[in-house]
Amino acid sequence: MPADLARAVRADTGSGGDARPGVMTPALYRVVGRRAETDDVTTLALAPVVGGPMAFRSGQFNMLTAFGIGEAAISVSSTPHEDGPLRHTVRAVGSVTRALCNTPIGDVIGVRGPFGTDWGVGDTDSLAPVDASPSGDAPVTGGDFVVVAGGIGLAPLRGAVDELVARRARGGGRVFVVVGARAPSQVIFHDDLEAWARAGAHVAVTVDISEPGWSGRVGLVTSVLGEAGFDPGDATVLVCGPEIMMRFTARTLIDDGVDPNRIRVSLERNMECGVAWCGHCQLGPFLLCRDGPIVPYAGIVAHLLTQRER
Amino acid sequence: MTTSLPELVSAHPLLAGLPGDAVASVAGCAQNVAFDPGDLLLAESEPANTLYLLRRGRVAIEVHSPGTGPIVIETLGPGAAVGWSWLVPPYRWHFDARALDAVGAVAVDGACLRDKAQADPALGYELMKRVAGVLLERLQMTRIRLLDLYGTGSAR
Repeated sequence: MPADLARAVRADTGSGGDARPGVMTPALYRVVGRRAETDDVTTLALAPVVGGPMAFRSGQFNMLTAFGIGEAAISVSSTPHEDGPLRHTVRAVGSVTRALCNTPIGDVIGVRGPFGTDWGVGDTDSLAPVDASPSGDAPVTGGDFVVVAGGIGLAPLRGAVDELVARRARGGGRVFVVVGARAPSQVIFHDDLEAWARAGAHVAVTVDISEPGWSGRVGLVTSVLGEAGFDPGDATVLVCGPEIMMRFTARTLIDDGVDPNRIRVSLERNMECGVAWCGHCQLGPFLLCRDGPIVPYAGIVAHLLTQRER
Repeated sequence: MTTSLPELVSAHPLLAGLPGDAVASVAGCAQNVAFDPGDLLLAESEPANTLYLLRRGRVAIEVHSPGTGPIVIETLGPGAAVGWSWLVPPYRWHFDARALDAVGAVAVDGACLRDKAQADPALGYELMKRVAGVLLERLQMTRIRLLDLYGTGSAR
């Protein structure tokens, strides 16, 4: 057994004289609030049973445990450094996520993390995980910032948008938020969208299918990009949503003149351990729980996203 | 400052880059039009005779459904083109198009444009290339929307 794995196992099992919980031991968090975003999406507000608030960066994820059922990788939807509980926005698509969504206020779930890379728009401007040394990737600097979110993909981006809007108030670049959803009733974070617009961000929402009373845009997010108003020659773009949507969005952005090296996407594969041990989240040379989920689109990622998996 | 019709035509993304004589030819079939919010640019089953080059405002492509009112299929904004059924027989509109905002557009007479394209194959080919590009993009977008990417259990 490799030495680092052995150390981690000893730490995790409390053996070897190290009583600290290891990375595979969930910390207990109590549900202190819950909000139904749509008919199948719930935001949970969590507070640690023991200890202080979690330090994380926008784009990172935690492994959430529904005890007796299982774990799921869920991105943090809070804003780093903001007061208040830790928030996770969960879509009920399987037994674990359904159980998480149904957890009543007062009950306890498990939280392991945070894991993975971030969007690179926080104060420290790094793509590296919190505990790792800076990756060497270029930090986000000036120009326009464009956030493109599809469906629940807005959840991992919420904190980043808050940070970008705050940065804009301090003289940073313009912020453009383009959100796509299946239908108007499936749009999440209405309050945030309105707050960002009031704070000066350019916010555009479009849906695939209209519903009675909807007077907004109908069409793909890619159809909105051209009229959004950002400068493609000096834009950093953060994209999160279904992988097909991210592929088409990235291609459209590049066709419109955005530098591929300034496009970042959030990738996901079967996150299980969250600490690069099990290999289930491998995508090419990446273990996405460690090297992602946020990765630069240019280069190998653009190639990998077109590979047909067997 | 008043902008001439040839300038408006050549400024629209659909026709940008056309040679000067082609621009003049298209402009000869065109006029500047405006619509108030709620106005219909075109109506289902009516004769299809106009290509609208949107300059400002948004337009909703709709289909009327009894009991529920209009269902919006797609919204289009400045720089888009509205109305393609003038291209092929029987030259009838398939949907409604309604102004969501105050809309400004260049309206190109479809019959006039067909006649000029028939008489000048080079112009016709250039127009068809551009139209094909827009239709291809709309088809691809429609196919992507059919995937229902945001639905549960759908293709991701």
